[in-house]
Amino acid sequence: MDPATENDVELLSRLRDGDEAAFVTLVTRYNGSMLRLARTYVPSAAVAEEAVQDTWMGVVRGVDRFEGRSSFKTWLFRILVNRARSAGTREPRDLLLTDDSPAVDPSRFDAGGAWARPLESWETDADDRLLAATWSGRLRDALGELPPRQREIVILRDVEGMDSGDVCDVLGISEGNQRVLLHRGRSRLRAALESEFESRGR
Amino acid sequence: MLLRRREDLVCQQVVELVSDYLEGALSRSNRKRFEAHLRVCPNCTNYLEQMRATIRATGTLTPDDLSPEARAELTDLFRNWRGEGS
Repeated sequence: MDPATENDVELLSRLRDGDEAAFVTLVTRYNGSMLRLARTYVPSAAVAEEAVQDTWMGVVRGVDRFEGRSSFKTWLFRILVNRARSAGTREPRDLLLTDDSPAVDPSRFDAGGAWARPLESWETDADDRLLAATWSGRLRDALGELPPRQREIVILRDVEGMDSGDVCDVLGISEGNQRVLLHRGRSRLRAALESEFESRGR
Repeated sequence: MLLRRREDLVCQQVVELVSDYLEGALSRSNRKRFEAHLRVCPNCTNYLEQMRATIRATGTLTPDDLSPEARAELTDLFRNWRGEGS
């Protein structure tokens, strides 16, 4: 079977039997995503790699405890977040929602709360422009600059494409908190792209 | 805009509701107010589309990869683990 399409459950079953090829396939499939998520918690790429390695060792040792109630990816990311959190130093959880900055700079609105000047439409060539390498570079930078709580959620939801239930499961937060953080993070990314478009012109 | 009804949303409120709207988390009445605003406000319609475009673009970011050294080390760890287990 083509390893790229073999599903996680099949690979896990082979991993339980000590199959190295299954292990390598799983690592190849997920380590890039794990590394990016781990970087949210720790100060350097080297420490992130350690957290990822540590997670995989936790996976092989604990594979018999995986019961399939969540997807493998959710289980894997939950282990990673736990390990990366303990490896990293970050702000206490009660600072979770202290970022109450508005989605859009208040100076963009008039006294009545309406847009003070027209907002450009990106619709016509949005995909071409947004997907161009230069824009993705700016987007990647903006993602890296997000506060960690916002970044982890944007990564899981919008980069990894996980649904909100799984993200809450991985991070141990409520749906409501997740939405607030997702909103702040996405709003900042939009603002970053907008300022990039405006500085370069159309 | 000066004759706006009390229950109408203004743009500055709409931008704060965009994520709840996209997540399907607005109450029925708030969703109706949100959509009513969009029907008359091209700027907020553009804003919503910009947010959607941002989300799409974020979904295209490719991950970094582990260094070859880290991958090799991981495979070694796996072999050691398997050696202990058998």
